[in-house]
Amino acid sequence: MATMALRPTADIVRRQVVDRTMGALLCLSAIVALTPLALVIGYVLANGLAGINLDLLTKLPKPVGELGGGMANAFLGTLIVILLASIMGVPIGMLAGIFLSEMGNNHFASVLRFLTDVLTGVPSIVIGIVAYTLIVVPMHSFSALAGGVALALIMIPVVTRTTEEALRRVPQSLREASLGLGVLEWKTTLFVVVPSGIGGIVTGIMLAVARISGETAPLLFTAFGSRFWPDGLNKPIAAAPLQIFQYAVAPYKDWHSQAWAAAFLLMLLILGLNIGVRVVTRTGFQRIR
Amino acid sequence: MTVEERNVELSLAATLPARAAEVGAEAVTRQAQGLKVEKLGAYYGNFQAVSDISMDIAANKVTALIGPSGCGKSTFIRCLNRLHEVVRDARVQGRVMLEGQDLYDARMDPVVVRRYIGMVFQRPNPFPTMSIFDNVAAGLRLNGVRDRVLTQEKVEKSLQQAALWDEVKDKLKKPALALSGGQQQRLCIARTIAVGPMVVLMDEPCSALDPISTLKIEDLIGELKRELTIVIVTHNMQQAARVSDYTAFFLGNEQRAGELVEYGPTKTIFTNPSDQRTENYITGRFG
Repeated sequence: MATMALRPTADIVRRQVVDRTMGALLCLSAIVALTPLALVIGYVLANGLAGINLDLLTKLPKPVGELGGGMANAFLGTLIVILLASIMGVPIGMLAGIFLSEMGNNHFASVLRFLTDVLTGVPSIVIGIVAYTLIVVPMHSFSALAGGVALALIMIPVVTRTTEEALRRVPQSLREASLGLGVLEWKTTLFVVVPSGIGGIVTGIMLAVARISGETAPLLFTAFGSRFWPDGLNKPIAAAPLQIFQYAVAPYKDWHSQAWAAAFLLMLLILGLNIGVRVVTRTGFQRIR
Repeated sequence: MTVEERNVELSLAATLPARAAEVGAEAVTRQAQGLKVEKLGAYYGNFQAVSDISMDIAANKVTALIGPSGCGKSTFIRCLNRLHEVVRDARVQGRVMLEGQDLYDARMDPVVVRRYIGMVFQRPNPFPTMSIFDNVAAGLRLNGVRDRVLTQEKVEKSLQQAALWDEVKDKLKKPALALSGGQQQRLCIARTIAVGPMVVLMDEPCSALDPISTLKIEDLIGELKRELTIVIVTHNMQQAARVSDYTAFFLGNEQRAGELVEYGPTKTIFTNPSDQRTENYITGRFG
């Protein structure tokens, strides 16, 4: 009894060793997971910063072979296509999410929920083919509209599921409070439930926008790209990710540096959106608590 | 169809006047009404939670429902304004009569029922996105009252009736969640009475509150019964004895379905119960 373990026993030593090993392993995994991110940011920063200039944001591309010019049309095009996608995707996604959360206690809704999850996982190039078949083929032209539809198809499941999750977190007691006042069900949903979950819904929308703003594959044969200013929704339109792709695979040094700079700006845009999400969710949740 | 049109149509079908739409016309003589419950049974899917309850609830009185946990008191009270059926797979049998109308008549819209019979819940549940003022005004606005002056008057009157006006009159624009728990519960009471119900159901309104707030709510119940019929579920027998005129004792049977064991004037139930089980419960021998 008296000599009891001031000195660690073999058992305790073993435990300490395992503890430190596992701790180190976890830390290492975290580093491995984050390294690509740091590399990407660092690399894009290093290569892109040099190419940033006012021309990039204000001028059209020069004809092939000439130096200089910018990709103002591509950034404008990206904004237009994102806007189009949001106009189509946000209302549909939100309404579907409201349906799943408020009326989703049936077989039909479970099937819908499952399909939504499947849609989230469909490769974006496939989504592009769908939009091509639905819009480009009948219209006989690549178009901004087709690009918007493709991106909307990517947005919808994201917005749907985040809206559903946000509304499910709204306590049942609030619905009952409103119904107990003799308020109609749709008014309860619209004026009590949705405002209570709006923080989460906005987060979902912004994440979806962030997600589509970098999508390239679905735009390849929908928006198609263009070297001129946007010229109507039924015409091909430039988009930043597309232009970056096209410039990156071209053999010109000048284009490479422009692609790097554009990639850097696109990254900033997505980063900004994500920061925006953080800010909104923080204030949004404060309102709920 | 506007709310008003809908109300008219419903009231033609059910002949109850569409009250919420006309709270406006100060002509609303808020006359409390009693309820007549006939052979009421409530189910969750195949499970029967409440079995064969018949009782008359007197107008302008406070009726307390007591009994051990899980004996169907809350389920029963939720049947009285058709809130039970909001739960998935929930069903109700039997009749609840208000002014000679069966609330479970096929032509009766539950939304109309709930405008006549309001509810205060166990936990204070003010609308988190709304201000104090908007919470009380919510029932009026969402039921189609557009008149601002009238809304203002109604809100002030309801807050006064709920004994909350003096505490909040300088911060009506503040979020409702900034209030304390007891104040929130009185806000919920104000919100309920603002739409002009005939009956107010209270499901353990004080169980989440401290003793001082509880006392305030109890005083409030005493005031409110001059204009309203009140049905209150409580776990606290002293509370039932303090606030109620009539007491109903519920108990689960062998299948755990709640039954009405004894019902009568509160004094009789607490001093001279006729059923041995009531006496056992009241004297604290079980439950």
